[in-house]
Amino acid sequence: MIFSIASRELRTLFLSPLAWSILAVLQFILAYLFLTQIETFSSIQSQLANIDNAPGLTEIIVLPLFGNASIILLLVTPLLTMRLICEERRNKTLSLLLSAPLSGAEIILGKFLGILGMLGLIVLLVSLMPLSLLMGGDLDLGKFACNILALSLLVSAFASIGLYMSCIASHPTIAAICSFGLLLLLWVLDWTAGLKGQGSELFHYLSILKHFQNIQSGLLSSVDISYFLLFISTFLILSIRSLESDRLQK
Amino acid sequence: MTTLLIEAKNLSRYYDDYCAVDDVSFSLAKGQVLGFLGPNGAGKTTTMQMLCGNLAPSAGEVRINGFDLLDQPKQAKQCLGYLPDIPPLYKELTVDEFLHYCGRLHKLSFREINQSVKLAKARCGLSDVAQRLIINLSKGYQQRVGIAQAILHNPEIIILDEPTVGLDPIQIKEIRSLIKELGNDHGIILSTHILSEVQASCSHVQIINKGKLIFKETIDGLNQRMNTGSIKFITRTAINLDCFSDISGINNIEKSSETSYLIHHDNNNSPIESVAEIVVNSGCGLLELSAVKKSMEDIFIGLTGKEEAK
Repeated sequence: MIFSIASRELRTLFLSPLAWSILAVLQFILAYLFLTQIETFSSIQSQLANIDNAPGLTEIIVLPLFGNASIILLLVTPLLTMRLICEERRNKTLSLLLSAPLSGAEIILGKFLGILGMLGLIVLLVSLMPLSLLMGGDLDLGKFACNILALSLLVSAFASIGLYMSCIASHPTIAAICSFGLLLLLWVLDWTAGLKGQGSELFHYLSILKHFQNIQSGLLSSVDISYFLLFISTFLILSIRSLESDRLQK
Repeated sequence: MTTLLIEAKNLSRYYDDYCAVDDVSFSLAKGQVLGFLGPNGAGKTTTMQMLCGNLAPSAGEVRINGFDLLDQPKQAKQCLGYLPDIPPLYKELTVDEFLHYCGRLHKLSFREINQSVKLAKARCGLSDVAQRLIINLSKGYQQRVGIAQAILHNPEIIILDEPTVGLDPIQIKEIRSLIKELGNDHGIILSTHILSEVQASCSHVQIINKGKLIFKETIDGLNQRMNTGSIKFITRTAINLDCFSDISGINNIEKSSETSYLIHHDNNNSPIESVAEIVVNSGCGLLELSAVKKSMEDIFIGLTGKEEAK
């Protein structure tokens, strides 16, 4: 059931030009950034050779690439998720799902998995670029895997917020703006921490950026992983609740 | 005892303070086609949404095929096919893709899906447009896709909210005969504000107005009510009304003009034959004689109007 909904969601995305254009634009920008990183690396390569314990290919190319990808996806994910529930409600197709023998959880998970399929494809395309370096160099594969994991967890978290906003908003644009705003807030939350050492522990923990960077640096700790898992499940549960309360008050 | 397909008890629904449906109870058995009739805003759609689990009732309970809609929603919904007032179509899919998706949503196996999609397409006359995108279909065809979606998984109960809206007269005829055909082995509820539609395809009628159920009859009962007898006749020259005094069952005679009369009589035994005989024998020259049926519109307006007068 969940997979039927997910596959239809994915299909619909690719039936419209939205998915294709997002993939194309994203790939173009990231490929450009990837190339500039390679350029930087080759220009400082000779200096690096003289330093002990110098940062390698992975640190100089993979980390910034995934960092940039995360910021771009912060902008893109709300666009992908804004229509999930909102548009179904506007087009009155939601009643098809509601009168089918499905629970609210199945509907939400189906939608979530559908959008994860799309985001997974993006992550795959991003990871293919550093992999091409294996032809002529060495990558720290463990760190590389951590980067993929970090980006996957991050976009899943983005998607869960987007899905929830799509559940509560009455118009897709509103859903997109709200989820973008919330994501940006979580992203910059930690910036205040730098000011005169007044950073709050709470803000530090809530900041999505910190957890992302921790995993990205290869430090796989249960704190960061569970932060993302908690984050995702919180918003999924909120979405299910909101979908079910739809029945009560309309 | 046969299980009732739908049992709705004391359903009420409030939108804030506004009461859309007020204490409505009814039931539906297999083989019945229940027409849900009411003016705009009477609460037809709200009632149907509650029956299908799209809307939670403020009070009351719904049992579908013996399953409580709140406690066992999945089993209950498995027995339901629902066409909302606006057909829920994914317009970027083709008819085939859409129906297959609906089949999967209702947990049909791959083989069942192929069979039932074929059958539903044949029943709704969609075989020719199966490969076309739904967005490119006319409104009538979209409506048919909506109906196909509702009957696809062969549910025991089919709920259709204004199924003939936007169809041309030929299509309406086809859909009505389809409803009749389905009515043999399913339970069907259909809502409409077109009175003749109820007469054409339903076995039972319910009239709802301002959220209240004000009339509940079989179609035969309704037809009988509509016969509340009057006989109208016109003669060439005025007739002496005393000559009707022998006929039993006549309540009163009204003279609507110099030579036209209205006879009100009991429902069960129409005196029309004896009236005709007397008029002909009187030599006044019978020009016209007809039984006046109260139309469905009259009943409808009578019932809904009465409510308003209160």
